[in-house]
Amino acid sequence: MSTNSNEPLLQITNLQIEGFSDERWHQIVKGVDVTLRRGEVLGLIGESGAGKSTIGIAAMGFAKPGCRIHGGSILFDGIELTTASEEQKRQLRGSRIAYVAQSAAASFNPAHTLIDQFSETVVEHGINSREHAYKDAKELYKKIRMPSPDDIGFRYPHQVSGGQLQRAMTAMALSCRPDLIIFDEPTTALDVTTQIEVLMTIRDIVEQFNTAAIYITHDLAVVAQMADHIKVLRYGETVEDADTRTMLSTPKEDYTKSLWAVRSFAKETAAPAPEAKPIMRVESVTASYSRSMSPVLIDVDFEIHRGHTTAVVGESGSGKSTTARVITGLLAPQKGAVYFDGDALPPSYRNRTKDQLRQTQMIYQMADTAVNPRHKIRDIVGRPLSFYLDMHGEEKEKRLRELMEMIEMDPDLFLDRLPSELSGGQKQRICIAKALAADPAFIICDEVTSALDQLVAEGILRLLDRLQQEFNLAYMFITHDLATVSAIADEVIVMLEGKIVEQGPKTEIFSPPHHEYTELLLSSVPEMDPDWMDRVIAEREEKGGMIAAGN
Amino acid sequence: MSEQPKTIDTADSSPPPLRQVESKLTVVLRELRKAPLSAKFGLLVIVTYVFVALFAPWIAPYGEAEIVGNQFEEWSDEFLLGTDNLGRDMLTRIIFGARNTVGIAFLTTLLAFLLGGICGLLAAAIGGWTDQILSRIVDVLMAIPVLIFAMLLLTIFGQSVVNMVLIIGVLDSTRVFRITRAVSVNVVVMDFIESARLRGEGLGWITIREILPNIMPPLAAEFGLRFCFVFLTISALSFLGLGIQPPTADWGSMVRDTADLITFDDYTPLIPAMAIALLTIGVNFVVDWFLHKSSGLKDEH
Repeated sequence: MSTNSNEPLLQITNLQIEGFSDERWHQIVKGVDVTLRRGEVLGLIGESGAGKSTIGIAAMGFAKPGCRIHGGSILFDGIELTTASEEQKRQLRGSRIAYVAQSAAASFNPAHTLIDQFSETVVEHGINSREHAYKDAKELYKKIRMPSPDDIGFRYPHQVSGGQLQRAMTAMALSCRPDLIIFDEPTTALDVTTQIEVLMTIRDIVEQFNTAAIYITHDLAVVAQMADHIKVLRYGETVEDADTRTMLSTPKEDYTKSLWAVRSFAKETAAPAPEAKPIMRVESVTASYSRSMSPVLIDVDFEIHRGHTTAVVGESGSGKSTTARVITGLLAPQKGAVYFDGDALPPSYRNRTKDQLRQTQMIYQMADTAVNPRHKIRDIVGRPLSFYLDMHGEEKEKRLRELMEMIEMDPDLFLDRLPSELSGGQKQRICIAKALAADPAFIICDEVTSALDQLVAEGILRLLDRLQQEFNLAYMFITHDLATVSAIADEVIVMLEGKIVEQGPKTEIFSPPHHEYTELLLSSVPEMDPDWMDRVIAEREEKGGMIAAGN
Repeated sequence: MSEQPKTIDTADSSPPPLRQVESKLTVVLRELRKAPLSAKFGLLVIVTYVFVALFAPWIAPYGEAEIVGNQFEEWSDEFLLGTDNLGRDMLTRIIFGARNTVGIAFLTTLLAFLLGGICGLLAAAIGGWTDQILSRIVDVLMAIPVLIFAMLLLTIFGQSVVNMVLIIGVLDSTRVFRITRAVSVNVVVMDFIESARLRGEGLGWITIREILPNIMPPLAAEFGLRFCFVFLTISALSFLGLGIQPPTADWGSMVRDTADLITFDDYTPLIPAMAIALLTIGVNFVVDWFLHKSSGLKDEH
């Protein structure tokens, strides 16, 4: 091991990686340089497809199946990884370079306990005995503030929560005290309240063990908390490279500025004054998935007005999506009822009339699975037209073109394509067009932007906003992203464990005094300020006990 | 490329390249040119069999049941493959056998697919009790070995081509049911199916327009395999004397009729057996290729 701390631990120069698709090799990383010293954290940010993850795992001398390292050099502590033998690299991985994947749930082996998986690397590499590894694991679990650190390791992955699993994975990466850890979007799949705990764990660890880290994310506010240095990537090339504070305060490149500007989108026009009769009224609904199970919705009661956007926020499992299922009639409530424009809707969608079904449309999170991959765009958008509005032939064709214009997509170019020939953002636009085709009054948007990159998501939000103005639509916007809420909502409903804890106009909810849970939720949303996390931790420690509230 | 499940988006400014607008024929021809040797061989075999089956009366030198010589004559200019136990020309019988065996197997497979496919789709789309009842019936039918069950039923209902087609069709439809239901349930949980239900679509639209196009590749592959199994079952039944009845020519019974010749160092009985084997292999080659294509597997270069 090199003792000189000024010597870079990892030196990547002019890295080129190629991927194989459409019968030929494409360059996906085009000459990127990375220099990383001990105890430093480098943030890699960029949209998906920018090559962040590819560079991240290349730091271990690894290329994904179908990819190959084509040129450049990867020097890890004096070892050239591009020419090292597989055996040499195997020795490094796990013991000196560790990797924390995005989805801990998918990365743990469900058949072994956490602590056994923790010890595996240590024992395999012959670093220490199993007993020693067990002891070490318990200490680490304690350090990262896992509940009951002495016992939790003996549980199986499905017996702990998502946030705990992600923290266990971070601990596992540390089992051999590596010199470098690669974090690949470790908090993206987590709720904000859980995310902050994992972030704190990671930062503690990096500080305590003087580990170098590469932190890959598409969330700028997160990277602002974690990294000393930020590298912005686009199309496999470096756009900009600077230390965190400089990058945040004075970005040089236009692309970087555009990334920063995303969060500035806000609904410009105020919603019209609510009409006397709400378009959608959910009246004291209690629902559960089976009679023997405890209810997932308890006495949920709210109204949505024409031309208004109501955001429903809460952690996963809080009942947001179940509320949507009750409204659409997929789940009949045990108590209470749903009223559309003053009329009670039959509890099951099967008993609703065609017109009732037409009035409520839904846009899904995963545009990929929300459109039939074997249908052309023409058929996807056209079906509601012929089904509900009895449009055929030229009339239908004309309306199809109008709808495509509305979602800002060229009808000549796109109508005859299959969904697989569109990008994620374009697919989501098609889903919007499909919903609009039914000419509805009320649209449920279920996490419609959370699968999209920020710039693309911003475009979708703008589009939804414009359509609302044009057609006086009412939206119910289900999300766990509070930044989106503050951008587009008129009213906010905060849900926790199947109950509404707070509801009202956005300005009211977002300004103090808050309900205790709303406060926790709001304060957990990362801000672009690099000092934000320190401040939050300090505040919470003052109040005491709040940190554990996410468990 | 980073492939995180939650960020499926590639940059919006660079949509995937436009598909070339080509006629179906050009696509098929190009795919055929690119096909591996095994698939080309398989296709050649299938085309040959279909040709022979269609034009049997014109190709065959004699009539199907015509007795033209003595029993078990050797290979000669007059009888290219000799004669069988009744003095009928072997070559002629093999040519007509293609028509009977392959044709009946095709019909039977079609029946199995219509029955099993429709029931499988309904079981997956409706779920609940419909699914339970259909699946349990299928379980019961599948609990008894096909050949023994088919022999039993043929004995009960009497030996006729119609009965055989119906019985093997129904028995094999249980396998088709299982695979259709299995691949359909994976499609049924997708959001676009929920979306179609919420739109108010009926069962017909959901099964035929939404689910069916998504399960076509595995079903088409299964059709090829199922055809082979049906074909082998029919030949086995004929060999046992329960299948296609004389004087209709059939490869299975031809093997049985001339089987004694093997003991005299005459390989004639192997020829109908070879005909069966060749078609089975050919169909499997084509199915393999098709599966490979539709599953999007890339060749390792």
